[in-house]
Amino acid sequence: MTRKSAVASASRVTRRTTLQMLAGTAAGALLPAFHVDAAPLKYELRPQKLDDGIWLIAGAQEAITATNGGAIANVVIFDTTAGAVIVDTGPSKRYGEQLSAVARELTGKDIARVYLTHIHPDHVFGNQAFDPVTIAATAEVAKGLKEMGEGYADAMYRTAGDWMRGTELVLPKTTIKSGVEDFGNRRIRMLAMRGHTDSDLVLFDERSGFLIASDLVFIDRAPTTPNANLEHWRIALANLGGIPHRRLIPGHGPAEDSARGIEDTRNWLGTVEDVIRSAFEKGLDVTEAIALPLPAWTDRIKLARYEYERSVMHLYPKLEAEKLPNVGKRS
Amino acid sequence: MQRRTTTRSLHLAILAFLIGAGAVAAAESERHLVPDDPLQSPLWHDLATKFFGNQKVVLDQRIKVIVPSIIENQAQVPVTADARGLDGVVKMIVFADLNPIQHVLTLTPRQAAPYVSFRMKAEQGTPVRAAALMTDGTWRVGSVYLDAAGGGCSAPAMARKDADWSQTVGLAQGRAWRQPDGLSRIRLRVRHPMDTGLAKDNTPAFFIEKLDMRSSKGEGLASLELFEPVSEDPTLTVMVKLPKGDASLNVEGRDNNGTTYRSTIPAAFDQSSLGGVSIQ
Repeated sequence: MTRKSAVASASRVTRRTTLQMLAGTAAGALLPAFHVDAAPLKYELRPQKLDDGIWLIAGAQEAITATNGGAIANVVIFDTTAGAVIVDTGPSKRYGEQLSAVARELTGKDIARVYLTHIHPDHVFGNQAFDPVTIAATAEVAKGLKEMGEGYADAMYRTAGDWMRGTELVLPKTTIKSGVEDFGNRRIRMLAMRGHTDSDLVLFDERSGFLIASDLVFIDRAPTTPNANLEHWRIALANLGGIPHRRLIPGHGPAEDSARGIEDTRNWLGTVEDVIRSAFEKGLDVTEAIALPLPAWTDRIKLARYEYERSVMHLYPKLEAEKLPNVGKRS
Repeated sequence: MQRRTTTRSLHLAILAFLIGAGAVAAAESERHLVPDDPLQSPLWHDLATKFFGNQKVVLDQRIKVIVPSIIENQAQVPVTADARGLDGVVKMIVFADLNPIQHVLTLTPRQAAPYVSFRMKAEQGTPVRAAALMTDGTWRVGSVYLDAAGGGCSAPAMARKDADWSQTVGLAQGRAWRQPDGLSRIRLRVRHPMDTGLAKDNTPAFFIEKLDMRSSKGEGLASLELFEPVSEDPTLTVMVKLPKGDASLNVEGRDNNGTTYRSTIPAAFDQSSLGGVSIQ
């Protein structure tokens, strides 16, 4: 080997070694980061015991984000002689699986019944973790999910991101109407109402006197209106107020023994409707209506501006279609 | 003599060269007149050439483009383009860089404010821009970034689900409000599918392309050219200056199939005014 080729060979070795070292460094640097990203996301489900055999898993009082994984709605678990009864399944497959495990652990029993209160995605995408025959909803909810499910799944993947991995919509296989279901030591009264959506299921546990108001009631968090009919909603709130109950569990917010939730929700809807109607009557367009101030009392309501902005976009087109006078046609 | 001529032609040649160089330098600088985009859109310079040609371009925050911070429905994104902070606007265009069809509408405010509110489709998150052509030939541009998820342009119109859409096409609704500033605020809604031609169902493009607002004597007050990205059932707000004595506004429209539309919006003085509420 000449000196020259020895040098060449040495430099080859050096280059290869360097590349190997680089590769090692890169992998070394990347692996831990990759691990962190790939670590399975886990919801922190903290069941709050409200009464003998009743737990609330409170949702975050936030919009759906990739941080909270869409766990923003309340979920309720009952212990009954027939098994665990669950109200709403949360935003994702992962949430549903964790919920199922928590319910089994708390009750020491299988899942007897899963109620879906309404079609919104933060309440139904945990269905996958449950036997579809145990999942009960009104015919309107089943129909709505069939129509909207795909769109909701898209929206959830976009906003909640990786938390949604593997999530697919499972439709309920049991259709319910207003009536009573008997689980042995607990009779649960089902009340099919509407207003927040076309079909909102309210549940009343006769034993405890607990009223699960679904998303017809929001406490300390602004109500959402993408499928709302405000007139129906107000009637539903009046009906809810007429049901004697010991404690009310809203769809979003804390469980309380006062009428505050019903009143706040009614006031919010009235405020939003007033602001929007007066904007429309002044000739404002959507962006201008969105910019209007809200009354001071709404300052204590979480997501007030956010939900008001959404509500303008939900309600304004309906007002325009209904209220602008006819002025012309094809010529 | 001969020598003198040569010298003179040499001088002329040098002069011509200098003038030529100057002209080249001017052309170079004209090409560089487009300021950089604060939103860093990859298409900004191409679109600036397309829409503004060689005209001077100035970014101007007095041209407001207002969109909501949250978009749930990409087929109905509310937009306000407002250049009322400027005098001498000849024409206003609105475009969205990253839409498959970028040009959304053009407003020519002859006797009207340089202002238009409407709703548009957004195929994805995109800068939305309002550009005002000024009397001096300059384009003044305002921009905003619209955070949208997508699907607005390629989703079929809602009307396509209704069997009777063809019965309602062209029906117009509207109302006028007399403002304290002497302008009349006009809100107009016209039933129309506004098909982009890009929908998955292969429906060809079918959209209202022109809305002319005229006085009782036929004088053009404002003219709107609409393009495919304007939302289904176009719902617009403009502000026109009605001539003294006119108690209504005539709107003439036409779609790309040649169908024409006519409406008359009452704008009587006794109609509810804005009650002194100022609208910014």
